[in-house]
Amino acid sequence: MRLEAREHVPLWMTALAPPIAVAVSFLFCAILILWAGASPLSAYGDLIAGALGSRFAITETLVRATPLIFTGLAVAVAFRAKLWNIGGEGQLYAGALMVTWVGTGAVDLPPILMIPFLFLSAAAAGGLLLLGPALMKTYLKADEVVTTLLLNFVVLLLVNYLLFGPWKDPMAMGWPQGAAIIDNGLLEGLVPKARVHMGLIYALCAAVLVFIMMRFTIWGFEIRAVGHNAEAARFAGMPMTWTTVRTALISGGLAACAGVTEVAGTKGYLTADISPGFGYTGIAVAMLAGLNPLGVIVSAIFIAAIYNGADAMSRSIDVSNYIADVITATSLLLVLAAVALSRYRLKRG
Amino acid sequence: MSGQTPLALQISAITKRFGSLTANDGISLDLHEGQILALLGENGAGKTTLMSVLFGHYVADEGSIKVKDTLLEAGSPAASLEAGIGMVHQHFTLAENLSVLDNIMLGTERLTAVRRDTSKAKRKIAKLAGAFGLAVDPNASVGSLTVGERQRVEILKALYRDVRILILDEPTAVLTPQEADNLFDTLRKMTAEGLSIIFISHKLHEVLAIADEIAVLRHGKKVAAFPIEEASREKIAEAMVGEPVDPPVRQPGEPGATVLRLNNVDAGGTVDRPTLKSASFTLSGGEIVGLAGVSGNGQSVLADLVSGLINPHSGEMSLLDNPANALTPATAVRAGVGRIPEDRHATGVIDEMSIRENLALESIRRPPASRAGWVNWKTINERARTLMSRYDVRGGEIGTTVRRLSGGNMQKLILARVLEASPHVILANQPTRGLDIGATAYVHQQLFNARARGAGVLVISEDLDELMTLSDRIVVMFHGLLSLPISPENVTQQEIGLMMSGQSGFGEAVDAA
Repeated sequence: MRLEAREHVPLWMTALAPPIAVAVSFLFCAILILWAGASPLSAYGDLIAGALGSRFAITETLVRATPLIFTGLAVAVAFRAKLWNIGGEGQLYAGALMVTWVGTGAVDLPPILMIPFLFLSAAAAGGLLLLGPALMKTYLKADEVVTTLLLNFVVLLLVNYLLFGPWKDPMAMGWPQGAAIIDNGLLEGLVPKARVHMGLIYALCAAVLVFIMMRFTIWGFEIRAVGHNAEAARFAGMPMTWTTVRTALISGGLAACAGVTEVAGTKGYLTADISPGFGYTGIAVAMLAGLNPLGVIVSAIFIAAIYNGADAMSRSIDVSNYIADVITATSLLLVLAAVALSRYRLKRG
Repeated sequence: MSGQTPLALQISAITKRFGSLTANDGISLDLHEGQILALLGENGAGKTTLMSVLFGHYVADEGSIKVKDTLLEAGSPAASLEAGIGMVHQHFTLAENLSVLDNIMLGTERLTAVRRDTSKAKRKIAKLAGAFGLAVDPNASVGSLTVGERQRVEILKALYRDVRILILDEPTAVLTPQEADNLFDTLRKMTAEGLSIIFISHKLHEVLAIADEIAVLRHGKKVAAFPIEEASREKIAEAMVGEPVDPPVRQPGEPGATVLRLNNVDAGGTVDRPTLKSASFTLSGGEIVGLAGVSGNGQSVLADLVSGLINPHSGEMSLLDNPANALTPATAVRAGVGRIPEDRHATGVIDEMSIRENLALESIRRPPASRAGWVNWKTINERARTLMSRYDVRGGEIGTTVRRLSGGNMQKLILARVLEASPHVILANQPTRGLDIGATAYVHQQLFNARARGAGVLVISEDLDELMTLSDRIVVMFHGLLSLPISPENVTQQEIGLMMSGQSGFGEAVDAA
């Protein structure tokens, strides 16, 4: 038996590869669950019930998916241009800091202006945070994987400093948290008695806008061209530095919007743990979606469901919720492998 | 055939399929001892597949191979080496950081050997080098060798392994005419010793000069085989293409106004040690100037200069009488420079993107391809359809990724993009490298058409045949210096070859450099 390259990959194979890969990763993780001493069937039952089994479960999954859509979009745009932005987490917190700075009383506008103002100022903060590494990549050839990753820790330390120091809310009984966002700046709830908020709608709009940008604008064209073949793009006369700068601003800005949804939507104030790694998980979201902005919506909801389901599962049976990380990781690896392998066929001899 | 030396190699009815594609369809070839068999065919005709089967990289679906009278084990490169089959690839497989000796010995020593017997190896290399005219210093680092010397190392590497059958894939593609002549001398000495050679080439005059037998492949089948006495250029070309070929010829014409001028330009390298040195040169509308030279003598710097990728350190460059010292790729396109880059995969196209997107690469920022930042897909689609049919780009729809296209169709796509902008200056860098006869004729015809329209064309090529066919004037480049232009009617390829190696035409300038 040997592998042979296919001339064409049939569409059904491209479409079926991800679900099949996910199913296989569930089978693989069943072994781990057995090892942990639980029944995979009941574990997965709990997982699905915890993710999608009730009105509460569904709304909570959507709450978690909201920031993941933003961080996933941030990665989808940057990776398309081969700008390896691993700094989504830092950009998220940069956005959260900005929202806390301007949204806790410094600026007061009617909601119809206040909400866009919060998103734009946060996006500016996140964009500028990524601009540094992007310029260092362009002019100094500094590897942006390293610089963006390290900036995450810088920003998180800044958040901790502010929350334990100057920005600590005196009304919070000693907890390290920021002051509450003013009412005009809060993202409204979508359904009664549930945490899911308008941030989800904004995230969906952002996904559509990014899709439109990539497909129908010169910016999207140039981002794709530069990402696929920078040498040819330069030869064709495309503005290389400007494209990198633009990509950085858009990507950092999108990741920062996740900070807005968490501070002004889910929580109402800043803490140092508003993100359990949404910035990093955004990479998995984007890769699982094949960097397609609309696919990001699906994969963000999928990954949010796995994490929420695994939390519920670990509460009801004695299996660690780390299983969610394992399922996400194996799904991602298997999807990437499946997509690569669908370009080949098995041949005898 | 009677009266011949015994068979060295017998390839019998080899068939190799890749999915629905039959790359080799029942191909049989006989190679006699002391013979040179030229294997010809267009790209994709099945030459490489057949050689890979012979070398054990692929297993044939049907058929067998006999070396002398022994059946060759299929799918085993080790068995092929053992049987005395060696190959010199078009792209050399040498380790640049190792010495010639190390490169030659690499892989011949037993893993368990305690010490290397380099003196014995050196003696053997010296003997082979003497016998076949392959002089090269075994202690030199391969990185410091010229292309011709590297090829000698490759051949020595094969001979060191006691090959009886040597396969040479496009061996003269990178050589000057003199180097090619030396290679042919070597090959003749080898056949005199009873070695057999398979010579893969697309240069018909070389094949006619060196081969004893000719076999032509087309679409995976052997379509013609004849001894050299019965061969002619026309006959071979027709067999390769499948129909009579009518290569375009240059019509007389009158050059117009100067469109590109270089005055004392230094560029490339560093300011102190430029790669291109005090270059002065003019190109007029309605003429084709050919730039000859062994690759690496500064041609790519000149090409980058005209493309807008780099700017002169000193001196003046002008396009249509406007200063062009600060040219960028974008302003070059707008100033009417059409650029056909040397490496079409790396620079010419973005092969993960579609045909329509690649056709719009240089015009995407301007109407009608886009307006106010919005891409006008309708216009781009219509234009792509028109251009694909006008320039005969085949192998896909407008949405097909360019990766799927053959080299010839990729080059037609680039030609379409360049020529549709009606450029005043056309830079064609290696415009037909790797293209088959049909596509080459097409590219040449398009360049002639552009010349007739009044464009000035600068062709950079390693193929002297091509330059002689296309050029009104030829300029030779050596060590960053430009020769005075010469008329192709008044010069032979051998004379150009001497200039390419700096042995004439550069006067005192060379000594000063």
